[in-house]
Amino acid sequence: MKILVCISKTPDTTAKIAFVEGNTKFDETGVQWIINPYDEWYSLVKAIELKEKDPSVIIHLVTVGGADTEPIIRKALALGGDEAIRINNVTNDSLTVAQEISSIAKEGAYDLIFTGKETIDYNSASIGSMLCALLDINFISAATKLDLNGNTISVTREIEGGEEISETNLPAIVSCQKGMAEQRIPNMRGIMAARTKPLKVLEATVTQATTNIKQFSLPPTKSGVKLVDPANMDELVRLLKEEAKVI
Amino acid sequence: MVLIYIDQDNQEIKKASLEAISYGSALAKQLGTSAEGLVLGTVHDDLTTLGKYGASKVHQINNASLNHFDARTNSNVIAEAAKKLGATVLIFAHNINGKAVAPAVSVKLNAGIVTGACQLPNTDTGFVVTKTVFSGKAFASIQIETPIKVISINQNSFGEVVGDGVAVIENLAIDVPTSTLKITSVNKIEGEIPLTEASLVVSGGRGLKGPENWGILLDLAKALGASTACSRPVSDSDWRPHHEHVGQTGIQIAPNLYIAIGISGAIQHLAGVNRSKTIVVINKDPEAPFFKAADYGVIGDAFDVVPALTASILKAKHGA
Ligand SMILES: Cc1cc2nc3c(=O)[nH]c(=O)nc-3n(C[C@H](O)[C@H](O)[C@H](O)COP(=O)(O)OP(=O)(O)OC[C@H]3O[C@@H](n4cnc5c(N)ncnc54)[C@H](O)[C@@H]3O)c2cc1C
Repeated sequence: MKILVCISKTPDTTAKIAFVEGNTKFDETGVQWIINPYDEWYSLVKAIELKEKDPSVIIHLVTVGGADTEPIIRKALALGGDEAIRINNVTNDSLTVAQEISSIAKEGAYDLIFTGKETIDYNSASIGSMLCALLDINFISAATKLDLNGNTISVTREIEGGEEISETNLPAIVSCQKGMAEQRIPNMRGIMAARTKPLKVLEATVTQATTNIKQFSLPPTKSGVKLVDPANMDELVRLLKEEAKVI
Repeated sequence: MVLIYIDQDNQEIKKASLEAISYGSALAKQLGTSAEGLVLGTVHDDLTTLGKYGASKVHQINNASLNHFDARTNSNVIAEAAKKLGATVLIFAHNINGKAVAPAVSVKLNAGIVTGACQLPNTDTGFVVTKTVFSGKAFASIQIETPIKVISINQNSFGEVVGDGVAVIENLAIDVPTSTLKITSVNKIEGEIPLTEASLVVSGGRGLKGPENWGILLDLAKALGASTACSRPVSDSDWRPHHEHVGQTGIQIAPNLYIAIGISGAIQHLAGVNRSKTIVVINKDPEAPFFKAADYGVIGDAFDVVPALTASILKAKHGA
């Protein structure tokens, strides 16, 4: 049983969002980088849980990015996973990322491919779905629970207003979100072990992007809060009706 | 032609798709072409009514096996339909199913894609789509470089535009591959509006102290006809179910009204709700960061303010 876990590097959730070079580039000054929370807390930990149940499970991590993603990959390896692959392609184009991962996936003949539900920077939520088309295997998105029985998985996914449970044979792609697993903190033994785990670097093979970011912008700042006397809720109701017109 | 994917759930058209049709039809006008819908499977709704949102035609693949959603099968079928119909732009709602299929369809059509768009593309020079990034903290304007384009639009970012058109229904014959995904059960929470579709949301945080105190919040939600949400520590502590967790690592919503009760307004929480049209914050701490993101604020104890607000709403409703 081989699992491929897709890992993305994202700015910390509290990072200041600002842009440089005429609003064409994210300002990385002082930004702390983390493993995309969906990739770390849910995909990776779920893969580790499967390996804890069955030690013959092999976990590979893959990331698409420059050398600056290596601390993130080492941190992921400290949590778990046997080895990592970095594809040296710096891009914002989801299709480029998916194409790079799909060639690794084809070669590695993985039974399960995990992605996070989305990344918290570009929020594209695209990689799992693109891999479904590129590899022509089943894809279950927004998964909150997964049980493995031999060559079959039973997966619970979120749907609007509830949940749906489905079954498929492997291989399959699953995008993971809250519920799938519980966040873990790497321990000292994991951190030491991560230093010597293999991290393979492969050169980029995809060069043609289908999209290009032209410009970033920030939302307009709110004009300021209007305070309402806590003893006068009739006034708040009036404002919501007549001024905001939302009720 | 602009082709809009019409998502169904249990043979009923989803609300998010009506907004997608409105968006697709505005874009079609801008491009001087037609807006046409695509329905997979059999549905109970009268498809001619989709004309109201601007679809001149609705193509239906009348195959009941498509009533169960399968990302792989659906994306194959949608891509085949788009080729057969000669669509140049495809529109999806950025809802659960839209997110699962739109990127796969873009691969099959060699089309560039922008997911989570929040306004109509700029087509003056090229084709530039603006989407939310950094969980609503910024926007990116993205040029699509390919002849065929795919867009998924954020829910509640464009709105439904209702006119008086009537759509023509056409049957579309497409070979449907056999799905290898078996749906074993569906559990719906009865009588609840899905958070992503709700126009009014009442949300509670750690300030409510414990699950036993949620009654005042539920009463307010009931008086308004609102859905309920919560902050992450609240769902982590199992005071409320996980599907109510909003924020950067939960659900992102954009209702018309978001009322935050006893929530401090941490940056990760704001990331999930900052696209709400109107935000009301009820917090006893005047320094709570949430007030900076609010339109209306009430500095006070939730245990007094919330029941008073509920009473005022009921009073206004009954015209007393
Ligand atoms: C990577 C990461 C991701 C995260 N993702 C999310 C996310 O998706 N969603 C999310 O919500 N959080 C998220 N968090 C957590 C976030 O940082 C905050 O810890 C959390 O939002 C705080 O929840 P809260 O406002 O309910 O509680 P608190 O911060 O404890 O705030 C409680 C508030 O209640 C007020 N209060 C107390 N008593 C009363 C009263 N009687 N009447 C009125 N007001 C009262 C207090 O003044 C205070 O402002 C994330 C954190 C990290 C690190």
